[in-house]
Amino acid sequence: MNRRGDASLAPYLMVAPATVLLLALILAPLALVVATAFTDWHLGGGAAAFVGFDTFVTLLDEPDFRTAVWNTARYVVFVVPATSVAGLVAALLIAECRRGQALYRMLFFLPSVATLAAMSVAWQMLLSPSVGALPQILRLVGLTPGNWLQDPDRALSALGLIGIWSEAGFAMLFFLAGLKTVPAELHEAAALDGVGTLLDRLWHVTLPHLAPITAFVLVFSSIHALRVFDTVAIMTRGGPEKSTLVALYFIYQEAFSLFRTNLAAAATVLFIAAVLLLSLLQLYLTRARGGR
Amino acid sequence: MMQPSSRLVGIVRHLLLATGAMLVLLPLLWAIRISFLPAEDVFSPQFHLLPSRWIGFENYARALTASPLLRFLVNGVVVCAAIILCQVLVAIPCAYILAKGRIVGLRLIWLAVLVGLVVPPAALALPLFIMAAQLGLIDTYAALILPWTISPLGIFLLRQAFLRVPDELIEAARLDGLGEVEILARILVPLITPAIGALIMISLVAHWNDLLWPSVVVTSGDKATPPFGVMLFQVQEIGSDYGPLLAGAIMIAAPLLLVFILTQRRFLDGLSWTGSK
Repeated sequence: MNRRGDASLAPYLMVAPATVLLLALILAPLALVVATAFTDWHLGGGAAAFVGFDTFVTLLDEPDFRTAVWNTARYVVFVVPATSVAGLVAALLIAECRRGQALYRMLFFLPSVATLAAMSVAWQMLLSPSVGALPQILRLVGLTPGNWLQDPDRALSALGLIGIWSEAGFAMLFFLAGLKTVPAELHEAAALDGVGTLLDRLWHVTLPHLAPITAFVLVFSSIHALRVFDTVAIMTRGGPEKSTLVALYFIYQEAFSLFRTNLAAAATVLFIAAVLLLSLLQLYLTRARGGR
Repeated sequence: MMQPSSRLVGIVRHLLLATGAMLVLLPLLWAIRISFLPAEDVFSPQFHLLPSRWIGFENYARALTASPLLRFLVNGVVVCAAIILCQVLVAIPCAYILAKGRIVGLRLIWLAVLVGLVVPPAALALPLFIMAAQLGLIDTYAALILPWTISPLGIFLLRQAFLRVPDELIEAARLDGLGEVEILARILVPLITPAIGALIMISLVAHWNDLLWPSVVVTSGDKATPPFGVMLFQVQEIGSDYGPLLAGAIMIAAPLLLVFILTQRRFLDGLSWTGSK
């Protein structure tokens, strides 16, 4: 009953900074980018005129944009399943260890923390035909390795490999957390029922239990893979022959090198829409999993 | 009779994991190797796994002198510290009210947080750049710091933590005559330190490693943060000098890796908790 009397200005003051910053740094920019997408405005240009969906029409006709969408899709389709499988295998192996769990978990997560821009330089050295480890090894077994990062047919796959390397740690972590919730009784029951071998139990007990978390990991990895940028910016700059031109790098070029601001804004709006769809899916899956 | 086979399985498991770990660490190990190679070894037709002569930390010294690497690192520390401090100070009171308060407009603020949670920071680079340009902030620390002073994820995480604090505790403190701010600072914040720790680490990783935003607003080496420094290396003399280049890359990644290794158990537990929320 006293509550209303107590409700002074204090709570409002406590949320005020966050509210102001949310408005100024997230909602306002969001509105700005959407508005820009419907104009002919570019940075340094004159007054903006409303042009409706014209910018989007131009964008969809832009060959570079189509290339970027296609490359991003190929990247995501390559990276996400591989990331999830690598994370799952690592988690299954680690979860069964009696010793060294924390050590393995740390080692496998290390790439996700390592500064990707700096690690791109390291990967460049690893893949380099002259000084790289992988070409050296391939040469030992009698193959003649090419220069993957300079090869339009291979460059995106090479970046994908690095993407898997840097993201699989998250998948492993989430699967490990999921595996902790597999009730031991399930395994015992399965053993009693004669679901004998390790693989049988994996297939009939563990994996079904992990299904919801797998869905979550797939969406999480997709959102991350969609944002691929650092490796492209450091190693290939969209090349060779635009074979690694991906969504964010396209936006980056349009906005900050070519200064076609409205076009970049329209592409950003589509990018946000894609991430939004995936995030809603993630939210839905998280809810379903938590049962709340 | 189960014993021998289960022991064998255990050994195979460790072998697989150790091999996997080696593969995962290979880029890093290769970089460390090259960072200790003398220049003549790098391109020598004769393959040397180990340096043909020990040059110590010569490449590291060259990386520090040939580029403003130290400057980049200091910039990185300053920018990250400022961002994290702001994020924590802004998130705590807001998350507390979102969890326990009853004010008009609460749902709207919560909705804004959720929107912020979904919008990828990279997508805001363009409008934030336009805003920074209009305010004349290009190539300043302010431009590097200000846009990230709010962390919707941080507010989200801290709210989850505050929700677990029993209401009775807060009521009791009120009966003792403590004000809202005192309750928050003295009683509640100590209770949610794991969540604050998770926020600090997530934010540190995100902003120490961020390449996109600095490459948008920074135009000089003077304000460059470490990842943007890597981009600058490539157009500089050091870019074709592999030993110092990799020594530089290692020094850029090392601070964060050290923090991670020292806090890994708490950090990873916090992160998997985050993922399950």
